[in-house]
Amino acid sequence: MAGTISALYKSSNKESRYESNAATREPIWIKWTLVAIALTFFAIFLLLPLVVVLVEALSKGWSVYWETLVDSETLSAVWLTLTAATIAVPLNLIFGVMAAWAIAKFDFRGKYFLITLIDLPFSVSPVVAGLIYVLVFGAQGWFGPWLAEHDIKIIFTTTGIVLATIFVTFPFIARELIPLMQAQGKEEEEAAVVLGAKGWQVFWHITLPNVKWGLIYGVILCNARAMGEFGAVSVVSGHIRGLTNTLPLQVEILYNEYQFAAAFAVASLLALLALVTLGIKTWVEFQASKTMQSVSLEHEV
Amino acid sequence: MSIQVKNISKAFGNFIALDNVSLDFPSGELVALLGPSGCGKTTLLRVIAGMEQADSGDVLLEGEDAATTHVRERQVGFVFQHYALFRHMTVFDNVAFGLRMKPRKQRLPEDKIAKKVHDLLKLVQLDWLADRFPAQLSGGQRQRIALARALAVEPRVLLLDEPFGALDAKVRKELRRWLRKLHDELHITSIFVTHDQEEALEVADRVVLMNHGKVEQVGTPEEVYAHPATPFVYGFLGSVNLFHGRVEGESVRVGDDRLPHEASELAHGAEVTAFARPHELEIIIQSESGVGIPAKVSRIFSFGLVTRVELEGTEGAINQHFEVETTRERVTELALIEGKNVRLVPSRLRVFQNQ
Repeated sequence: MAGTISALYKSSNKESRYESNAATREPIWIKWTLVAIALTFFAIFLLLPLVVVLVEALSKGWSVYWETLVDSETLSAVWLTLTAATIAVPLNLIFGVMAAWAIAKFDFRGKYFLITLIDLPFSVSPVVAGLIYVLVFGAQGWFGPWLAEHDIKIIFTTTGIVLATIFVTFPFIARELIPLMQAQGKEEEEAAVVLGAKGWQVFWHITLPNVKWGLIYGVILCNARAMGEFGAVSVVSGHIRGLTNTLPLQVEILYNEYQFAAAFAVASLLALLALVTLGIKTWVEFQASKTMQSVSLEHEV
Repeated sequence: MSIQVKNISKAFGNFIALDNVSLDFPSGELVALLGPSGCGKTTLLRVIAGMEQADSGDVLLEGEDAATTHVRERQVGFVFQHYALFRHMTVFDNVAFGLRMKPRKQRLPEDKIAKKVHDLLKLVQLDWLADRFPAQLSGGQRQRIALARALAVEPRVLLLDEPFGALDAKVRKELRRWLRKLHDELHITSIFVTHDQEEALEVADRVVLMNHGKVEQVGTPEEVYAHPATPFVYGFLGSVNLFHGRVEGESVRVGDDRLPHEASELAHGAEVTAFARPHELEIIIQSESGVGIPAKVSRIFSFGLVTRVELEGTEGAINQHFEVETTRERVTELALIEGKNVRLVPSRLRVFQNQ
């Protein structure tokens, strides 16, 4: 995932020459066997579930499907999911950019510790992440009594869900930007400073435009995870119907209550979100490679 | 603006990049910092620019201590080896960058900026590339744009870090001449770093030779070439033939052989290292015994006016390698062929006492 955009920058039209050259081409049967295996895997593990979700969602007809979607509990779950993502993604955008900028452009003590820390949410199970919040902010937790005294509720509320989402999606943007920024080095920033630019001017006019596509890519991934997160959110949410259920939690509740058609209907919403995300992601990758290619092509002419 | 550096030292961990360096760069001169890679020349340039902090010592810009002056207030123009052009901006925006980043009060109106940028692009003869992006330019064009960008903010000093290092030989030669011409027009104090002795001797008013973080010699190109102060300088400024021996009256004794040498102030018996440039070695066939170093011709190259003869030492000088520059006529006259045994006699010998 990390470095996909940076890999794109390097891609050129050399592959096609390699592919069309008889001297470097594999026999036809190898080519088609590999393609067939890949397509079979794709169909069974990726395409089939998507189809099943849609078929099951519509198994009891359009009216049931529609009723489930406009149900107040579903709507509140949609609302909560969007709220959590709307808060978590911009915050992680700011944290991620700051962390990546600090790590890639400056040398300081504890840099590697910071990198490890950023990776922590990737290595910790989301359930454990949720439990940490319960242990810290819950009624029996470290700050539980103090929070109760001041009438602040975190666990089993939207706040808790937002916190858990932020934790789980923290690395996405930073991890996307760090290799990209490191590959670009500090020279352009130094040149800008010598030319009289102040710190924020350097950041705004030089650093940020250079990582634009990587940043958008990171935001998309971060958003997809924020909306789809189950484990950590499940622990801190308390499953209060119509109040603290996000879309993935709503799917689970409906499924456990044997309302399969409804569960799949809600799941189809998530699938739709995923497809939209994929679409935007593909578009971003296409734009990034187009910018790079037009530049390199004109250069060759 | 004049630049002085006083007792500058800088270490990166255990590596000493600059060791108590003091130098004077008078106003309006074009000075070359010349030395092998890792000799500290780039570090010195970055210290002057303010991008690197010296461990000790002072940088004086126009006689004023620059220690507390921030990089962006030093009014230096810096040209990077790999250009460091802003890749997402057009050539025009690159050159305009410094002017646009000024505080609102000092900033020129956009039409004045445009005029100035076009003037600068004309100065570097690339006005027609204003709308291109850096990736669409050749290396030589990029470096000229980088120079225009540095000049836009009207720097008091121009610092160039291996400006032609990433270019191919032909473009390098063109740009070198062009830089010299530009400097003659602008007369801005300039320091450029290079590891190419030909470049330094050809372009600079003065050359500073550095090695292992220390200054070895400062002088005009003629001075440093004709009168190298140290064995390092001699060896760095062109090809050399090297002999280890002892002073014996009017000659240097190398093993069993003798090299004629004008009487020097060196004591009899002093251990010395002697140098001769390839054109200062004479090939002779017959010799009175013991004069000259015995050697065998290994290869002969004839390009243009100069013929280069490579030789391997024989007898007492085994495992030594020599290079002689002579004329084609001389080679014919001596009937030199590969494998022929000859003797080498220096017409001029530069002798340094071993430390």
